[in-house]
Amino acid sequence: MLSLLVFLPVVAAALLLLPGVSDRWARWCFVGVTALETVLVVVMWVGYDSPGTGALAYEQQRSWIPGIGASYHVGLDGLSLPLVAMTCVIFAACAVFALAERQRPRLQAALFLALQTTCLGVFASADLVLFFVFFDLSIVGMYLSINGWGHGERRRSALMFFLYTFLGSLALLLGFVGLYVASDPHTFDMVALAADPPLQGSGATGVLVLGAVLLGLAVKTPTVPFHTWLPPAHTDAPAIGSVVLAGVMLKLGTYGFVRIAMTMFPDAWRDWAPVLIVVGIVSVLWGALVALAQTDLKRMIAYTSVNHMGYILIGLGAAGLLGDGSAATDEARRTAISGAVTQMVSHGLLTGALFLIAGVVWARHQDYGLDRYGGLATRAPRFATLFVLAALGSLGLPGLSGFVAELQIFAGSIATAPAVAVALLGILLMTAVMLRAVQSLLTGPVEGLSSDFTDVRTREWVPVAGLLALSVLIGLAPSFLLDVIEPAAQSVAALVGR
Amino acid sequence: MGADVLAVLPELTLLVGAVVCLLLGSWTPRGRQHRVGAVAALASLIGAGFAVVGLMDGPTSAFSGTIAIDEATGVLRLVITLALVILLVLARGEIANHPRESEVYVLLLLGADGVLLLGAATDLAVLVVAFLLASIPLYGLVGLSAGKAAPEAALKTYLVGALSGILLMLGASVLFGLIGSTAYSDLDDELSAAPSAAAVAGVVLLLTGLLFKAGAVPAHFWVPDAVQGSWITSAAFLTTVPKLGAVLALARLLDHLPSENHWVLLVAGLAAVSMTVGNLAALTQEDVRRLLAWSTISQVGYLLAVAASVTRTDQALPTLMLFVAGYAVTNLACFAVLAAEPDRLSINQWRGLARRRPVLVASLGVGLLGLVGTPPTAVFVAKLLTITVTWEADLQWLAVLVALNTVLSLAYYLRWLAACLSSPDYAEPRGNDDSSALTAPCLAAAPVAAVCAVAAVALGVVAGPVLALVG
Repeated sequence: MLSLLVFLPVVAAALLLLPGVSDRWARWCFVGVTALETVLVVVMWVGYDSPGTGALAYEQQRSWIPGIGASYHVGLDGLSLPLVAMTCVIFAACAVFALAERQRPRLQAALFLALQTTCLGVFASADLVLFFVFFDLSIVGMYLSINGWGHGERRRSALMFFLYTFLGSLALLLGFVGLYVASDPHTFDMVALAADPPLQGSGATGVLVLGAVLLGLAVKTPTVPFHTWLPPAHTDAPAIGSVVLAGVMLKLGTYGFVRIAMTMFPDAWRDWAPVLIVVGIVSVLWGALVALAQTDLKRMIAYTSVNHMGYILIGLGAAGLLGDGSAATDEARRTAISGAVTQMVSHGLLTGALFLIAGVVWARHQDYGLDRYGGLATRAPRFATLFVLAALGSLGLPGLSGFVAELQIFAGSIATAPAVAVALLGILLMTAVMLRAVQSLLTGPVEGLSSDFTDVRTREWVPVAGLLALSVLIGLAPSFLLDVIEPAAQSVAALVGR
Repeated sequence: MGADVLAVLPELTLLVGAVVCLLLGSWTPRGRQHRVGAVAALASLIGAGFAVVGLMDGPTSAFSGTIAIDEATGVLRLVITLALVILLVLARGEIANHPRESEVYVLLLLGADGVLLLGAATDLAVLVVAFLLASIPLYGLVGLSAGKAAPEAALKTYLVGALSGILLMLGASVLFGLIGSTAYSDLDDELSAAPSAAAVAGVVLLLTGLLFKAGAVPAHFWVPDAVQGSWITSAAFLTTVPKLGAVLALARLLDHLPSENHWVLLVAGLAAVSMTVGNLAALTQEDVRRLLAWSTISQVGYLLAVAASVTRTDQALPTLMLFVAGYAVTNLACFAVLAAEPDRLSINQWRGLARRRPVLVASLGVGLLGLVGTPPTAVFVAKLLTITVTWEADLQWLAVLVALNTVLSLAYYLRWLAACLSSPDYAEPRGNDDSSALTAPCLAAAPVAAVCAVAAVALGVVAGPVLALVG
């Protein structure tokens, strides 16, 4: 069932490439397949039963390259299932939004369906080689998307994105090989490596190999100082490309932190934890401050991603500080991890919504300038409602998913490392960022490009509203999500404590 | 003797095929030379069939242990004979009705035969003979090409080749003088007792010859000129086939040397220099043929990195053979794309091709990204294993260098690919270079490129069984 979920989109993509498929058909096929994927993932969610530490639900394993201990091994647990579900939802939203695509819609639909397979594949992988294969292919897919459907200096941005993230992925690969060589018997299997971390107690070697893995993931996430590829890539990417890039692909990095770095290098992770917390705090503050200075809507949203990813890093780093090892500290570490995973889902939904809204703005006037618009609240009330809701969610207002996530992260990490409280300033700055954007776009007299700004059409507001509705659902009744995440967070906390 | 002959059937088939083609070509009118090509392709296919039979028969050796018929030889035979079929198809498209058409087929067969012998040799004397058999047809292939740059390319190839051939022979003589035998199996014991300066001199001289065949630094100067100046078929041949045999020969030699650190470090150092120089030089190339030529120099660096690990880990030889197969099919895909658009020389002339020939550009994309080592292509699995085996062989610095070079190479491969994908808002006039005066687009090239691209991906997906073959 999981393999079906992963590979259905790429099969559909291949069929779309057959000659004779009309553009109209391709658009609806894109919607149909992603909707089917969403239904599938809901069914899987309903049938999901927490598998316990070191085990996977919906597990499947086939021999692949036995010579090096690599296999086709997939499965889900409380860390990956929420992200798989979020991926399906985001792609479905993109498919609906792309119904109006006029530029080679058939190719775009095929490309994004293939991209969905790679993203789902990363989350479902239980083998490092398989993980890496999907991880790298997702970079190629996104490169083609920015290069083929972007605007502005798209070629330059796409190349920068590719070079930067490919460099990161190779650092990651070096780390994987380090793990493989140290394991006995040699294996790339993630379950086996997490059960018996090969570099445990190896001192500097473990710290260095984890360093390579962290470098790779930090570029992908991205965190300060490896974030410079993100703003140009987002600014010049097509709307749904940005949504997938921010909503799903940034999570490939953060997911790697939890899935690989924390469970396979427990003691090295504890050594790195203070560094990661500092990087997280700097990302939070830096991302928010730079976002505050932007005049370009999309660039601004891109920098808020840096801020949001910083929270995740803080939560995960704090989980590596064992403190006195008391039950209360363990509880706090677990909460921090749970918050970090919740933040991944929440950021996907909210930033996805924000980038779709930015796509609406671009579709009207091909201009992201915040100061080019004004008074949109009167011109386009539905647009204004959606934007305000997404902005409030992004700054962490109670009642939306961002609050649930950030509350857990801060509750968990301030308990283990009180200095993290500095990062609360980031929330304040984010409030300023979002309110400034709301003010400049929505309020005041109708001026500049706003005068002929038509309100959102059905295929535009439906996906945005869908994403926001899910965010509100998580904000108001988070238990369905937290019940899945918490057992997994507990296992990870225990694994890091080894 | 009979068993010996049976053991080298694939090589014999190519040899007999070459002789038959030569005779047949002399009696065939120029307009009907394609049947010579058909015979050559048939000989290659039969050779491939015998290679499979040989693989199933299990490892053995022939002619008093001077030729090793093991799994590595078997894979090499299979890869080279199949590559020959592809090259013959490309040749047929490119040089149809050329006055020397049948001779080109003969030279391709003979050159490949020499490379097969080179890869299988476990004796210094056989190595020297194989080197000559592999090199002389190469000079002919480059020299026959019609462009204005061909004579210079041929002269350069010949001079570098002759020099390295002499050095190789000198090295073989020195080693013979030291150990009193030409068999590899005596190298291990005898060489450690020999004076070290003489031993180092002998081995280094021998390596120089092999590096010429591999097109690796420092004997690489001829490669870009030969690729640019000769037919695309010849270019595809000389960047693919000789490298495979030379790298295997080098790995065999290293495997038989005394297990001392400096031999491994020597080969590892050459690998590092080759991949780095190749990539750095490729960065600034505007002509796609020179770009591909420098790319092959860097690729041979990765191959040498695997060869350097061969004494220290059992996984290295299977990795080498997978890399050889993956590299051959991926590189041929790129050259087949060139053959399909021979007029487009500088990168800018490829702008906007994706709109006109999407399948061809897709093949090129798989080829170029495959050479980078993007999953799920064969070179990805091979490169992953390369990093693994070099790490296991205590050459961590080389593993890091392989990864860094891969990033570096991305820049120029992507530059070409991005040009194809970009809009054709500006296109230079095509075909302004002199050297391709006689080349016409080869109709079979685009399907060949597509087949190679599919094979490059398929080989990556089924890498497990391929590795098990040599394991």
